[in-house]
Amino acid sequence: MAQETPNAIQYPIIRVRDITVQFGATRVLDGLNLDVKRGEILGFVGPSGAGKSVLTRTIIGLVPKVAGSIEVFGVDLDASNNSQRRNVERRWGVLFQQGALFSSLTVRQNIQFPMREYLRVSQRLMDEITMAKLAMVGLKPEVAERFPSELSGGMIKRVALARALSLDPDLVFLDEPTSGLDPIGAGDFDELVRTLQRTLGLTVFMVTHDLDSLYTACDRIAVLGNGKIIAAGSIADMQASQHPWLRQYFHGKRARAVMS
Amino acid sequence: MSGDPKLERIAKGNALALCATGTWTASFAPVLERMVADAEKLAGSPQNVFIDVSEVAKLDTFGAWLIERLRRSLTQGTVEAQIAGLSANYSSLVDEVRRVRATPVVETSAVTITGMLEQIGRAVAGVGGTFAGLIDMLGAVLAAGAHVLIHPRSFRLTSTVHHMEQVCWRAVPIIVLITFLIGCIIAQQGIFHFRRFGADIFVVDMLGVLVLREIGVLLVAIMVAGRSGSAYTAELGSMKMREEIDALRTMGFDPIEVLVLPRMLALVLALPILAFLGAMAALYGGGLVAWLYGGVDPEAFLLRLRDAISIDHFIVGIVKAPVMAAVIGIVACVEGLAVQGSAESLGQHTTASVVKGIFFVIVMDGVFAIFFASIGM
Repeated sequence: MAQETPNAIQYPIIRVRDITVQFGATRVLDGLNLDVKRGEILGFVGPSGAGKSVLTRTIIGLVPKVAGSIEVFGVDLDASNNSQRRNVERRWGVLFQQGALFSSLTVRQNIQFPMREYLRVSQRLMDEITMAKLAMVGLKPEVAERFPSELSGGMIKRVALARALSLDPDLVFLDEPTSGLDPIGAGDFDELVRTLQRTLGLTVFMVTHDLDSLYTACDRIAVLGNGKIIAAGSIADMQASQHPWLRQYFHGKRARAVMS
Repeated sequence: MSGDPKLERIAKGNALALCATGTWTASFAPVLERMVADAEKLAGSPQNVFIDVSEVAKLDTFGAWLIERLRRSLTQGTVEAQIAGLSANYSSLVDEVRRVRATPVVETSAVTITGMLEQIGRAVAGVGGTFAGLIDMLGAVLAAGAHVLIHPRSFRLTSTVHHMEQVCWRAVPIIVLITFLIGCIIAQQGIFHFRRFGADIFVVDMLGVLVLREIGVLLVAIMVAGRSGSAYTAELGSMKMREEIDALRTMGFDPIEVLVLPRMLALVLALPILAFLGAMAALYGGGLVAWLYGGVDPEAFLLRLRDAISIDHFIVGIVKAPVMAAVIGIVACVEGLAVQGSAESLGQHTTASVVKGIFFVIVMDGVFAIFFASIGM
């Protein structure tokens, strides 16, 4: 693991500068800048199709960018060599929108997969840690031997989160973690993310559409529009903003219902 | 962040203190596990134990669990182990792991004689199930076909044409190429061996009968089973995995009528066409080799061919094609709809589709051979 400088606390954990992503002739991200601070939960919102998932996938390296630079944990991902990249990848966890669990492995094997690859520890410890992770995400130990096709939507999200957390990462990306969950389940999930952030000192990058999540779980909110960050700040800043989309988003019927 | 983790033993009066220092995180998990296993040997000593964690620089789930594991194994009878010096940052993490109950041991069933016998029994019973499934699908397809005959408007022409393009038109180049080469090889081998008896010309008889009756249709059917049967299974299987077939059903559509019937029909129409093209390509290839390698010029080849074969040979071959197509299609669709939720299951059923498809094609060919021999064709 890279030695960190004393001022690491101030240095952003993700530093995105001027990135541009293009699919054919459509420019999805256009010179976007974004900082994510250590230990915060950043809620990332924007209209459907604005490129929220694209940005997430660009940061984790699944979508090629045309221009710009991305630094995660102070490592420039373009300039890094393989071992540096693996080190970074080992320190982040990703929760995909559909869970992306390996369908031919059981829940236990899914959660143990990263451990098996990266750590040389005994099967006993892996089993115990798996149980701890399952308990952390609020699942019963019996779930461990089930296959992903035998789980409900909410359970898939929880297992996917457990897998994302399996190596105790410093940073997790959550792509719409509460979509498709019932309001109680979604509320629990927000609470869970909060608790994990407190207990494990996580930094969370959360793409979401869920106003409740923004109010209860997020420390800071960034808004994507026209391929750029149009606003970033606390929920109060968002409500005070005069941007038309933001006004609609945070003062619409649903937002008022959440706030009251 | 600071250095490697350590666990030091310090005696304090009648109590023992275990001082944990350094980084207790996942990256050091193997070292940590060994140290903790070492310290666990202290269990049974009469002293009380304190696990002092005040000097731990960094803690995560792995470290917290190992400390908790140590605490649990050192707590025996009247002896109690306690965690001391826990900083506020990490107390919630340790509380979290404390709630974890001891892991239920995962049982992997050992290989036993009875277990193996049971598996053999299940496999044999599965054969019966396979036939039942095929007959079930045949019935469902016929019923859907009857429904379409009565209500022609429910017939999916676009879909059928699309599948015709996929399984027939796009298969032409590869089918023609391979049957052409097989025709060449048969002719070459025939000439090479018949020449010893001065019977070069009989290669034409052999080629004509073999290609038209057997090789043409059999080879094409096997290739179609590998090419289109597998595609059908994979398509239907992934639709099944993503609940698309359930969605169709809830909208009031019969998946057999919407998905299976057009595919079956396309295959039943395509295979005779492909078998015909294949047979022609094989005869052409054989004729070419007979001319260039065997010195049988094209005119003599055609004259001999006309004498050697009759329309019966052609009919025997081509009649088999739609039946084989139906068998391939039914096997592929049954396997596709049997796919369960996992990617592994999709792979298994696609393999089974091709293997069973080819097996049934060859069995059918044998049945046809007996039948035609009996009726003297």
